[in-house]
Amino acid sequence: MIGFNLIPLLPEIFLALTGMGLLIVGLNITKEGRGKEAAEIVSWTSCASYALAFVVLLGISWQPQIVLNGMFKLDQFAGFVKLLILLGMMTSLALSVRFIKDEGFARIEYPILITFAGIGMMIMVSASNLLTLYMGLELQSLSLYVLASFNRNSLRSSEAGIKYFLLGALSSGLLLFGISLIYGFTGSIDYGAIQATLMVLQDIPFGVTFGLVFMLAGLAFKVSAVPFHMWTPDVYQGAPTSVTAFFALVPKLAAMALLTRLLFEPFSALSEQWGQIIYFISVASMMVGAFAAIGQENIKRLMAYSSIGNMGYALIGLAVGTQMGVSALLIYLLIYMVMTAGTFAIIMSMRRDGRAYENISDLSGMSQTNPVLAYCLAILMFSMSGIPPLAGFFGKLFIFEAAVAGEFYVLAVLGVLSSVVAAYYYLRIVKVMFFDEAGDAFEGGLPFARRLILCLSIVFVLGFILKPGVFIASTQGAVAALFAG
Amino acid sequence: MVVQALAFYLFASILVLSAFFVITARNPVHSVLFLILSFFNAAGLFVLLGAEFIALTLVIVYVGAVAVLFLFVVMMLDISFADLRKGAMQYVPMGLVIGAIILTELVMLFGAWQFAPGAGQNLAVPVVELVDVTNTEALGQVLYTNYVLAFQVAGLILFIAMIGAIVLTHRRRPGIRRQVVSKQQAVRGEDVIEIRKVTTGTGA
Repeated sequence: MIGFNLIPLLPEIFLALTGMGLLIVGLNITKEGRGKEAAEIVSWTSCASYALAFVVLLGISWQPQIVLNGMFKLDQFAGFVKLLILLGMMTSLALSVRFIKDEGFARIEYPILITFAGIGMMIMVSASNLLTLYMGLELQSLSLYVLASFNRNSLRSSEAGIKYFLLGALSSGLLLFGISLIYGFTGSIDYGAIQATLMVLQDIPFGVTFGLVFMLAGLAFKVSAVPFHMWTPDVYQGAPTSVTAFFALVPKLAAMALLTRLLFEPFSALSEQWGQIIYFISVASMMVGAFAAIGQENIKRLMAYSSIGNMGYALIGLAVGTQMGVSALLIYLLIYMVMTAGTFAIIMSMRRDGRAYENISDLSGMSQTNPVLAYCLAILMFSMSGIPPLAGFFGKLFIFEAAVAGEFYVLAVLGVLSSVVAAYYYLRIVKVMFFDEAGDAFEGGLPFARRLILCLSIVFVLGFILKPGVFIASTQGAVAALFAG
Repeated sequence: MVVQALAFYLFASILVLSAFFVITARNPVHSVLFLILSFFNAAGLFVLLGAEFIALTLVIVYVGAVAVLFLFVVMMLDISFADLRKGAMQYVPMGLVIGAIILTELVMLFGAWQFAPGAGQNLAVPVVELVDVTNTEALGQVLYTNYVLAFQVAGLILFIAMIGAIVLTHRRRPGIRRQVVSKQQAVRGEDVIEIRKVTTGTGA
């Protein structure tokens, strides 16, 4: 067999083994009648295993190498995105532990499913073959479907799971149909072979464009880009808040990285074709994200529309199609992830009388009842709407800079306009907190993990301006690998 | 050749017909039985292509497991299929329009189809020499070597499916008596049997 080398897969193998091991350990603890405790033990151990996988990933060489018969590729791009994925998994699991306990569905399968979803995402990012791509995607999606309906006693949660599952299965079908057309045309599912086959073509035939369109439709669903976004608000609202936080933090990052590699490696010769499609879905996502969010009352729905809009901005980086654009995309996703983590830490703390509250009106007058939380949320919202000198501003700045440098002026102008509209609903939250009549205070305080994540997020948002060079340099290094070969 | 052509048309026409009956049959049990028939005919087509492994897998997996499971669900659950279909008719025009659009696109695609110049070479890469090897053997040779990653990830996916099914449906019901063998064996006669002297004439 060609290229048998398991070293680049070490983090994935390690996570898979710990996932399975922890399942056995957790079941044994549950069997002794300590179910609640078991969930906590397994969660924190899983968190530690992500940290270990992080270290392992840093320890192995990121020199571009393709192993296992061309199925799996590790390079700087994959390595960097995987680090972010592991960080996101750690953050969202740490945020969840207390929440699932309070809501009464603390079970050991929760962290296990997050672990396996993470493995799927890491495989997606490293996919170098359409088969690996699909396998990784399904491993991730299947875990996410179960997580969405994890609180099975809640009707909304079950509905979210079913909806996500049905639409997700449909999008997988579209993706597979596209893959089969590509395979039929080029005779290969290997990225390298597809790229080589397409490179020599004089004009692009109909069939391969068709396949590409279907694949893009399937993947646009996964990053919830308009017009494939319909599931997002319902799933975000219905799923338990801790799961929503996970959805907002990690899977989109992985899907976006997968899309980037797909477009710039095998389909680099078709950039004219996919450029138009990405251009359209980017503009549509920004617009829908900005306008549809205005009327929302539920903060989780609002975050869903916000994520649709943010994916639109991120897609600008892809539409531009330059190295600068892709590195702007990565840094945008990084900043978005950090801001979302902080925001969800606060949303999870909206509890009163043992119940979670999730309407925007429940935040009214929070500046008097819970001043610290209110100021933190205000900073995050200012950052989300892109007000300098906070981190969110720089994310948008780099994206628009790349668009202007690539002479995509219309795209840049539309982006700025829609971010002005989006600023309205972010600032409305600030207005509700500071100028509306105070309701009852939220109780329960902040558990340690949530407080830590909120602090880190705020520090990052405020301090990004001091040392932006560190992040820019690392994303540029990661993206250079993608454009080198 | 004539026999092969005849067999092809036989399998293909029955396949299309039975697939049609799957969606038109009023009785859901009939639908499932037609589904099984169409699986068998599809398997026949695969045999004609010389892909006996896929044919047998189709029979074992789809007929043996999936369709029988459907049959169980249909017969065991009290679902009124007439009620389910009630609202469905209003979506038929929309469905037909979308179906027609996709069909035209596919026909156009088929008309303009051409293979990439290097497609033949690309296709030749993964195939093992099929001289003395049956295709089951050929599949086995690449499945656990070249495609070991996909194989293992497929295993993980099935594992997640199992965890998911248990997480979402398993409920610990109170008040159920379970068999615990060790407890049964540890029972001593004097714990459970009480011998009472009943004097004649006082028993009820």
